[in-house]
Amino acid sequence: MNPRLLIAAAIVVLLGLGGAVRVYFALENQAYHPPVRSLGVESGFPREQALKDIAKDREAKAKAKKYEAPTYRTLPFVSSRVAVWVVAQLHLMFAAFVLAVPMFAFIIELIGYFNGDKRYDRLAYEFTKLLSTSFSFTASFGGFLTFLLIMLYPAFTNYLMEIFSWTFFPYVALFFAEAGFLYSYYYGWGKFHPVVHLLLGLGVNVVGTLIMFIADSWASFMMTPGGVSDAGALIDPWAALDNFTWMPINIHRFIGNIAFGGSVAAAYAAWKFLGAKTDEERAHYDWMGYMGNFVAISAFLPLPFAGYYLAREIYGYNQALGIMMMGGAFSWLFIIQAVLIGNLFLAANYYLWLGMGRIEGTQSYQRYVKYLLAAIAVCFAVWATPRSILASVSEIKAMGGTLHPALGVLGVMSAKNTAVNILILTTYVSFLFYRRTGKRPTVAWAALGNAVQFLIFFGVSGFVIALGVYGYFVDAATRIGLSIPQVLSVLIGMVTMTVIDAFMLRGAEQTGETHWGKLPAISQYVLIFIAVTFTWLMGLMGYVRSGLRQHWHVYGVMRDQSVDAFTPTLGFATQVISVIVIIFFAFIAFVFWLSSLHDKPDWGSAGQGPRGSHGPGGGRH
Amino acid sequence: MTLFELPVLLGIVVAMALLRLVRASLLVWVLAWWIGIYVFVSRGFATPVPASAQHIYLGIVTLALFAYVTSSGERIRSFVDPLVNFAGDGRYTLALVPVLLALPALAAYREYVNAKVPVEPPFFARTVHPSPPTEITVHDQKIDMLGGDNPLRHLEKDDPAKFAEHVARGKDIYYEQCFFCHADALGGDGMYAHGLNPAPANFIDQGVLPSFQETFFFWRIAKGGPGMPDEGAPGDSAMPEWERFLSNEQMWEVVLFLYDHTGYRPRAREVHAEGH
Ligand code: HEC
Ligand code: HEM
Repeated sequence: MNPRLLIAAAIVVLLGLGGAVRVYFALENQAYHPPVRSLGVESGFPREQALKDIAKDREAKAKAKKYEAPTYRTLPFVSSRVAVWVVAQLHLMFAAFVLAVPMFAFIIELIGYFNGDKRYDRLAYEFTKLLSTSFSFTASFGGFLTFLLIMLYPAFTNYLMEIFSWTFFPYVALFFAEAGFLYSYYYGWGKFHPVVHLLLGLGVNVVGTLIMFIADSWASFMMTPGGVSDAGALIDPWAALDNFTWMPINIHRFIGNIAFGGSVAAAYAAWKFLGAKTDEERAHYDWMGYMGNFVAISAFLPLPFAGYYLAREIYGYNQALGIMMMGGAFSWLFIIQAVLIGNLFLAANYYLWLGMGRIEGTQSYQRYVKYLLAAIAVCFAVWATPRSILASVSEIKAMGGTLHPALGVLGVMSAKNTAVNILILTTYVSFLFYRRTGKRPTVAWAALGNAVQFLIFFGVSGFVIALGVYGYFVDAATRIGLSIPQVLSVLIGMVTMTVIDAFMLRGAEQTGETHWGKLPAISQYVLIFIAVTFTWLMGLMGYVRSGLRQHWHVYGVMRDQSVDAFTPTLGFATQVISVIVIIFFAFIAFVFWLSSLHDKPDWGSAGQGPRGSHGPGGGRH
Repeated sequence: MTLFELPVLLGIVVAMALLRLVRASLLVWVLAWWIGIYVFVSRGFATPVPASAQHIYLGIVTLALFAYVTSSGERIRSFVDPLVNFAGDGRYTLALVPVLLALPALAAYREYVNAKVPVEPPFFARTVHPSPPTEITVHDQKIDMLGGDNPLRHLEKDDPAKFAEHVARGKDIYYEQCFFCHADALGGDGMYAHGLNPAPANFIDQGVLPSFQETFFFWRIAKGGPGMPDEGAPGDSAMPEWERFLSNEQMWEVVLFLYDHTGYRPRAREVHAEGH
């Protein structure tokens, strides 16, 4: 380093500091200061005595002060809303992760038990390793949230206790049961008879789901209270629990959690893949990422329907809430949601196409990729078309309203439902192509089978589109009803195609082998992208659910009287969500790192960890 | 009414067909698709697509093309190789110069176009259908916005003749009071409409009458633009507060007329799902 440069830098820094100090004093001088009074000048007054009297008065008053239960308290620097929001969302994310991972660990272990492939057992164990730290984080955030609620919203929290205290003991009991099951499942890996171990896994899942159901009742009660009088007195505890949105939220979260957990676990595998040093490791983590993503996408496909069910119940509870959500201020968030979901579909398909690269030999299905892509892009565009478009004044004048004469047609439910059904079908076809790459069916009726599959695919697509178009000509209730045959036809189509495929590929000739780990690194970034998008989506929708109540703690029953009783701007909300996502991934990175410690060689020993699973220099990250 | 600019569409299709004939490389195809879709969304519609929607669509197209190009090693190569050749091969040096000059020139042109946009008031994410209060008072009568219904609606079944009478009266009111703005054919383009921002509601549009229950429109008619909640701000629409001029029954009648004339049905009330 050039010494002259150093000296110059030091001078610049000093000058900068001096400037800052100078500015500070200049500002300080301009601020208002009360005039300085000299005690000496006022000696003619009984100042001393007066000061004493005042102090005494104050003391007496403080002693006589009555206790008043506060309705709100505040934190310095952070608004109460944001504090509770961030902590609640982090708690939810960890909870979702902790509930979801045992679900697919259990399923994967079960598959391994039946097909006897040891790889599955190891994979299930690897997923489970992520759990124990996450479990503690979940509980810590839960405790934090409870304290925050009691501290910042004492009156409201008290009210919730009034309604729900009867659920607390079962909740706690379930929590103990969950800890028991979870830790014996984890530490007991390979120590029990496989069936006993599987039963433990089932226990974790059943108990975990029950825990979520109870917690959902509190959250859903706030949005759609039931079982209370107009003034909020509890009449029917069970109706308070089983309120309008309880079951829809249970279902939506149950499925959403699996998708979310799968995507985070896949991101874990991706991270390990990227740091892997040997082909063997790469193969293992590639497979793990594939499985995690497979779980995530399978759970992702039914989510839109669970979402519509939830939306329907919200409308059913109160039209104003429904309008607020889909037509009002919150409708803009659904445009963001649509963009995120479209991205998820695109990424999921993209990952499958990249995955064809693992398989050697001719890639006869590659040439269909462009058609699949076109279908996805078109459906994505329809799904993301806003009903009323953000437009400048001259643009609105040109359109004669916020509805575009051509695009307005795409903004409605009929078009969106159709688009999402086709997206699902296309994703399924991508998967089918992936599965078939490198195999040639040998059964005699292969050509016929292919033709039938094609027919089913086009038949179902045609049917879904026809129903969508028909939806424009009927009233709202019938239109909403049409979504059911649409979904059913997609489901039936997928099942029949799967069955045909399974029989057709019996004893299929292997034209190319699958080389796990042989695919471009970009695929792993896609997995990470999917996880981040899911997390963000979850934060966004959690905000929608909670924010819909506007200035109510409990909608229509208990008003929010605090300074935070306003709906923040969309921009602010998205910033808070982004911060939450960053914090979550910081914690998750820590969890990943901890679980990779497991496989590191002991300190002081030169030996290697267990083969095929030691961390990619986990400590570096 | 044509929705599309047919010559533009035709031009795009012809250009694509020509590319097909000359067996263009992937690089050219990707560029062609991007430009084709860009031209389509920016020029292809009879009513221009607002910039915000154009951005969404082009974003999707960009992502999709990126996914396509990078989805296999072969495609990456056939996309990148021509670029590398073009930049590295001495034969193309002469052709390279205009391209290198064109890139900053394009950026400059874009800036120029952006700067040329006429000054306009900022746009506002206005909510056309804000959520109504739970209860309103009109002419000393409390109207339950959630559970309530049009008090005349039941006549449709109970006394069709009486119902028809109410609808006819609603029609009279409409053509005496409303059609200046909301138009003869209920399309929202009445003779005063061009002067108004926000524009009067278009009752033919699917998103209006069938999407809400009748109490919603009663509320919008009775309280008008001034009664818009903050969420629908700025509440500066020209819709008058009709409670100052019409009785409750008259306003219910005009609601009946709107549905009757367009053939729409009010949004059905969702019922709590069975079995839980
Ligand atoms: C001075 C012009 C004018 C007149 C006259 C007028 N309206 Fe309106 N109307 C409007 C405007 C402007 C809007 C606001 C649209 C918006 O908020 O985007 C509106 C909105 C409405 C809405 C709300 C629609 C919605 O989508 O929420 C209804 C219903 C309505 N008008 C009915 C009537 C009826 C009935 C009459 C006659 C009794 C009437 N209007 C007379 C200008 C007018
Ligand atoms: C492909 C479509 C969809 C996907 C992938 C999706 C995904 C998700 C996910 C991951 C969550 C978080 C779950 C959790 O907190 O455990 C969620 C919550 C939510 N979703 Fe969806 N969703 C979809 C469609 C919809 C639709 C159509 C609606 C309603 C119109 C909707 C409304 C909600 C609401 C209100 C929540 C908040 C629930 C809560 O946290 O209490 N979703 N969604």
